[in-house]
Order: sequence, then structure tokens, then C-alpha cells
Amino acid sequence: MTLPVSPHPTLIRPALVAALLACALGPSVAGADARSLTVYTYESFVSEWGPGLTIKTAFEAECGDCTVEFVPLDSSAGILNRVQLEGKNTRADVVLGLDTNLMAIAEDTGLLAPSEVDTTELVLPIDWTSDVFVPYDFGFFAFVYDTEALATPPTSFEALLDAPEDVRIIIQDPRTSTPGLGLLLWIKAVYGDEADAVWEKLQPRIVTVTKGWSEAYFSLFLNGEAPMVLSYSTSPGYHMAVDETDRWQAAAFDDGHYLQVEVAAALKDSPNLALAREFLAFLPTPPAQTAIPLGNVMYPVVDLGDDMPEAFERLIEPASVLLLSPDVVRDEREGWIDEWLDASTR
Amino acid sequence: MARRLHPLIAKVSSRPEARAPSPGLPWWLGGACALAVVLALTALPLGAMLVEAGTLDPGALFADPWVARVIRFSLFQATLSTVLAVALALPVALALAHEPRFPGRGALVTLFSLSLVIPTIVAIFGIVAVYGRSGWLNGALANVGMAPLPLYGLPGILVAHVFFNLPLAARVMLQSLDGIPDNQWRLAAQLGMGPLARFRLIEWPSLRAPLIGAAVLIFTLCFTSFAIVMTLGGGPRATTIEVAIYQALRFDFDLPLAVALALVQLVMCALLMIASTFAPGDGSLGFAPTAQDARDAYPIEGRGLRQRLRTWLERRHAPDRACWRPRAGMAVRLSRGLIIGSAAGFVLLPLAALVIAAFNGKTLSVLGDPATLEAARNTVIAAFATAALALALALGLLSATRRLRVRARRERIGRWLQLFGNVILVLPPVVLGTGLFLLLRPWADVFSIALVLVVAINALMALPFVLRVLDAPMMRVARQHDRLLQSLGIRGWNRWRLIDWPVLRRPVGLALALAATLSAGDLSAIALFGSERVRTLPLLLYQRMGSYRLEEAAVTAGLLLLLCLVLFATLQRLVGEGVRARTR
Repeated sequence: MTLPVSPHPTLIRPALVAALLACALGPSVAGADARSLTVYTYESFVSEWGPGLTIKTAFEAECGDCTVEFVPLDSSAGILNRVQLEGKNTRADVVLGLDTNLMAIAEDTGLLAPSEVDTTELVLPIDWTSDVFVPYDFGFFAFVYDTEALATPPTSFEALLDAPEDVRIIIQDPRTSTPGLGLLLWIKAVYGDEADAVWEKLQPRIVTVTKGWSEAYFSLFLNGEAPMVLSYSTSPGYHMAVDETDRWQAAAFDDGHYLQVEVAAALKDSPNLALAREFLAFLPTPPAQTAIPLGNVMYPVVDLGDDMPEAFERLIEPASVLLLSPDVVRDEREGWIDEWLDASTR
Repeated sequence: MARRLHPLIAKVSSRPEARAPSPGLPWWLGGACALAVVLALTALPLGAMLVEAGTLDPGALFADPWVARVIRFSLFQATLSTVLAVALALPVALALAHEPRFPGRGALVTLFSLSLVIPTIVAIFGIVAVYGRSGWLNGALANVGMAPLPLYGLPGILVAHVFFNLPLAARVMLQSLDGIPDNQWRLAAQLGMGPLARFRLIEWPSLRAPLIGAAVLIFTLCFTSFAIVMTLGGGPRATTIEVAIYQALRFDFDLPLAVALALVQLVMCALLMIASTFAPGDGSLGFAPTAQDARDAYPIEGRGLRQRLRTWLERRHAPDRACWRPRAGMAVRLSRGLIIGSAAGFVLLPLAALVIAAFNGKTLSVLGDPATLEAARNTVIAAFATAALALALALGLLSATRRLRVRARRERIGRWLQLFGNVILVLPPVVLGTGLFLLLRPWADVFSIALVLVVAINALMALPFVLRVLDAPMMRVARQHDRLLQSLGIRGWNRWRLIDWPVLRRPVGLALALAATLSAGDLSAIALFGSERVRTLPLLLYQRMGSYRLEEAAVTAGLLLLLCLVLFATLQRLVGEGVRARTR
């Protein structure tokens, strides 16, 4: 009995596959500059029109031999989750894009370092006491509406709840987005224990809950997917100044508007801590702040004088300014998010 | 290994009768290595989770109404998806079985089996393009003045689950219907059975077992569905356990909640696995090689004139068999055509929409985008590495189990050992990922080794498929030749080269192709570990869809689909047949 012997070498194919693999792997070079700064931030901050590039260029011109790398994450609250997930091994030197609501929670992680920046002279609606976080802009949460789709916007949460059925809104997820969390706290600040019922009544109006602000505002709202979107009272300022249109406006609510101060902080274990602090000190100075009004479409934290766009004078003024203390948010956030999830799934 | 044994090959090749006492490696080594890898990749993460869970309060977890609702919703949508998929697949399978010469029938059945190869996230894009807010369907509805139908939420989940599982169920049922012996049809015709009696007495008995088996499988797939629920769920209203685990980890950094949910999911999946063990049906997903494949792949018996004649005769007589199928009136035949047509449309429309959408103003810029290219490169690396790892694990396990089952006659132990390969069915990817994350976080930045973790998880995900494809042919060749090989003293590399490889190269090609495409299309592992640093095409597509950059998403989806089809065809052809084998 003879056994059949395979007539051709069978090792060619595996070798071919291996060669393909080797080609695909290619050289992966990871070089780090001696003075390079990695900044975790949210997407819109570094988009083409965002303030990121201006601030990067201005800071690099001032610091001499350093480079700034912005790493855009897909949502603002996601920045905090990300450094928590990465823990001590994080690549970030600076986190930029947290807000007043997340300050106490972020500080509790023990990952952040004192900023050593003097914040006493800054122009803010509140007194600034944190020695870890440096504020770089502020604004008020508001629903922005399309005047062509909605002639008379609701003037309060109650009016919104009782508005015709087609007055629908797009909001952001409070777990991933600081505006989303802002709305949660805004409703909490206005309604207290009845917030739960408000959320339940609001459900049928919510077209969708997005992960971050960018997709809610740009991709959905501006494409006409809903007549209203959760954003800022300052958002129309951009359309009025740059697009030169009054089509999109913020709805002033009698309940008052919730304040957001956006902040940056340095990572404690960063090997570039000194440079990180230089960057933090640079943020609230005029060269960086001029990029804020039309770049991040928020109020700057210094008086820009004539550099302030005229359109910002035509924005709505909040009837009253609402803000819960960061400590309250830290203690209650989890419970309130559960409550929101509960109301949203009911 | 090959290098060390090389002289031996030459020796045996030149003198086939030589009984070289090969020093060889112990037979159990491959199995032990594979088992060790599988256990390390599952038991260690599980242990890390249990340590973390030590501080959990199960009472509080189940008292949380949201958790209870998530569990309920997971069960609810899976039940509904299964019922819809099976109920809609039944008429399709019956129509196809009764119309053996329906134009395009073969192509449609092939298309049905392709749904396992199409990446979930790609199909989701197609579904959005057809049924989404600005999709084809709502465009047509708007033309006749109707309000748009919502997709996001439960409707979207159901449409996508039916899209994937109707073909699966229909294929399994069609296989059994086609397997009904001719004399039964003849008998039915002679007795003048009506369609109802025929269904009750002939078709249903042959359908029942595979139908239940398919239903259990579909339920499991829908219950652990991740990409579909995450993209089409439309917010917290529709959250399954699998998605809730991901969100607890990536949204909230709530490790205790992630672990708690992961353990809940683990228990549920274990129950489902027990159910599927007792469910009838072969569970091969229609991928077990058919008798025809086995004949084609068996060069030892030769594929001479006689064989070719037999095949030709079989084909020739196939139409005769069809004559015994019950004759039907025009109306019945029309309605069958309608059923087949709508099933084809349901599966084809999203794919067509995707292909059309992929050619837009941004096609060239997206294809040249470094982010796209890097993601494509990562996808290919992960696919090849996954395929290689899954195949190595499967061959290791199977070589040990067949030794146990055939030579040592320890059937039960062998089967138990093989079961370890299916561990991923109990530990779904997101659960496993959570465990790996906990395990590795103190030691490394998990986001920088994302690709390694993705390969490990994907290989375990592919392992059950690879085992199913390889198990039967490996056992068959062992049962047929083991005694002979033993008496001739052929073992180790020679046994593999002379006996196993010629028979196994086809199933191996199929297994590699399946594992590679599964990895290339997977979103669950990369969603956990991916970031702007390491992205694959599915993650890039998810992100582009998530930020509603639909034109860019369309191009990415088209590229991913193309990549998967090329991977599948190339691996199956190159490995499974070889270039020369075709010309022989």
C-alpha cells in the first residue's frame, strides 16, 4: 500500500500570509518630545473653527520649545471617565473641558494636582475658590430653537411640558456630556424632588439622547432633525456674528438658567507637571481668551474690551443664575442619574 | 517545530515504507497548551471580577428598578426578535422548498449564508439608510404624505435582529425540508394530501427539531446582542445587559456596577447554554461540511471518472425529484414568489442602499484619510492574528480530544475537553472584556495594548465556530485511518501532512475565513478597548455614525464590507483550495 504524497509544498501559503502580516504591521514609531504636552479635551474644542488651534499656536509661541497635542475624546464628561479608566498610566498631562458640576468628583479621584494659578482677578458670575481647577470660560445652559420651525418658543419648563406635541427636543446624555448633566441639574435646581415627574413628562418630546454636544447640535439640530436642542444661551452669538443670521435663538426661561464654568486641571503624576502648570496659567490670559467667544462660543473669563464680539450684547440675559454646589453634585449625581435612567426607561 | 522535524519529512517522503521511530512531541501537548491559553484568558479575568465583586451587595442591585428593567428588556427584545425571525423564516423556507427551480433560488440561499459574514455594524448602516429618518422608506412614505416611521428604539433593534436571523432560521429549516426523502412527497401526492395535512404530517415533523434548535440559538444571539442595541437603541429607553455593562465601564466608570451586571449576564448565558445543550438540532449553523464537501475533499479515495459520473448522474436526476413535489395552482405559486421576493428584498435592500451610499462626494477623501487607512490596517492585523490564534487553539484542542475519543475511547472526557472551546458562549465579549480590564489595569495602560486584547477576545469568540467546522472532518479522518496509521507508525508532522491536511485544508480554509471576518467585523471588543489611539474599521464606522457624519460613515461601511468579503474569499480559496489544486 502506498500513501499519496502531496504533490506541492504546502508551506508557501502560510509564508505568504505571514509576509502580508508583516507588511501590514509596518514600522510603528512613537517618539515623544522632551517638552510636549498632552491635553485631553472634547471634540468641538479642537474642530476647525474651535479655539484649540489658536490657543495651541499662541502657547507654543510663548513657551519656546514645547508642543501641545490636543487629544479629542468623544464627549466632555468622557474626559474624566477616560483618565479614571487609564488610572496612573494615563498619557494626559492636562484635562480640559470638565465643568463646575464635575469638579468635586474629579478632585476625589486623587489624580489631579493643584494648579498654582492665581484666579482671583477673573471675571466670573461666582467667586472662584478652587486651587486645582482653572476656569477658562463660562455660559448658561439654554434651549436653542430654530425660528423658522418654531415661531413662539416656550418661556419656561412648564410651558415646554405643555407645548404642542411637535415641539421636540434633542438632549445629551448626563453620563457622558457636561451639558447633559447640566440639564439634569437645571431641572433638579428648579423642581427639586419633582424632577423625576418632569423627566417622565418630558420623555415623549425627546427625539434622541446623544453622547456629546457636537452631534446633537451640528449633526442633528442644524440639519433640522428637531426644532429645539439643549445648548447654551451664547450659541446664537456665533450664528449672529459669523453666519450673520438671526435664525437660531435661545429660549429665555423664567425659571432661570443654570451656570456652567468650564475648567482645566493638571494631572498629578504627569512627568510634565511644570509645563502643564504653565499652560493652565496661560489659559485665562487675553491671548488665549480672545479665541473663546467665537471659538468655543462661551463668555471669556477676562474682560476682552473691544475684542468682545458685538453679537454677544444681543444674547438673552438669564432671569436668575442657578448653580448647585459641586459637593452636592458629587454626593447626589449617582442617585440622580439613576433616577433619570429610571424615568427614561419607564 | 517544523524546522526541527524537517529531516524526518525528507526521510519519509523518499521512503514511504520507512517506520521511523519519531521522537515526536507528546500527543497531549497541543491540547494542554490550548486549554491553558483558554483558561488563562477566561479564568483569570473571571477571578478578577469575583475579587471586585466581593464588596457587592446583591440585594441592592436587584432592588434597583433600572437594573430589573434592563434585564426585563433584554429578555423581552430577545423573545420578540426570535419569534419574529422564526415566524417570518418559516413561510420563506417553505416557499423555497416548494419552488426548487425558482429563478435565483441558489443565489438567494448563498446570500442567506452570507449574513454570517457581513459585519453587524455594516448591516446596521444599511438598515439606517433604508429605514432611517432620511432613508428610502420614509422618503417614499413622505411622497404619499405619510408621517415618518421611527427606527431608533425597539423597532430598529427588531428590524436588525430579523435581518440577521431570518436568513439563519430559513437556511436551517430549508436544509431539513430539502432532506425529506422523495418517497414521503410521493406518498403525500398519492394520498392526495392538502397543504395543511402535508404540513402537519410531513413538513412539521422534520422542521420541529431544527426549528427549536435555531430558536434557542437566535434567542442567545439576540440576548447578548451588542452593536445593534448600542447603535439602534436610541438612548436609555432600550438598554440590554450587554450594553449596560459597556456603559457602566465606559460612561460611568462604575466598576462595581459593571461587575455586577457582568455576573448577571454570565448566569443568564450559562442558563441559555444549558438550554441549547438540551435543544435538538445539530447547532452547526449550517456550516458543518456536507457530504458533498467531504467527497470533494477526499483525495485518498480518488476523484476519478466514476466519481464524476456519479455526480453528473445525481445532478441530472435532480429535476425528476422535483416532480414529486406537490403541484400548486397559479395563486399559490404567485404568493410563494411574493414571499421569496420580499425576503430577498428585505435582505438585499440594506446592502444595496449601503453600496449606493458608499459612492458619494467624500469617497476619495475618506479612503485617503490616514484615520481610515490606519483603522483598515488594524482591522487586517487583528483579523489575521485572530484567525491564526483561533485555528491554533482549535487544532490543539481537537488533536487531544480526538486522541482521547478515538484511540483511548474516552468519548465523554474528550467531549468535555472540547466544551472548553465554547466558553465564550457563557462569557460574552463585553463580560470577558470587563474582566480583562480589571485584571490588567494595575499593570498596563489597557488602551495602548487594545489590539492584543481585541485579538484575544475575538479568537475566543471565533473558537466555537472553528471547532464546529473542524470537529466532524477531524473525527472522520481519525475514525477511518487511525488503526492504519498506528500500525504504520505514522504520527506527528507526517500524519498531519499526509493524512490530515489533504482532508482538512478545506474546513481549515473555511474556519480561517470565518474567524478572520468575525474579527474584522466585531465591535464589542474594540468598543471597550478602542480609543483615538487604536481604532479598527468597525469602531471608526461606529464613531462616524455616532456623530452623524453619514457620508463618511457610508464610505467606511463600504470599505469594511469589501474588506470582509475579500478576507473571506481569499482565505477560503488560498488556504482551502490552493492555487494549484484548481488547475489540477
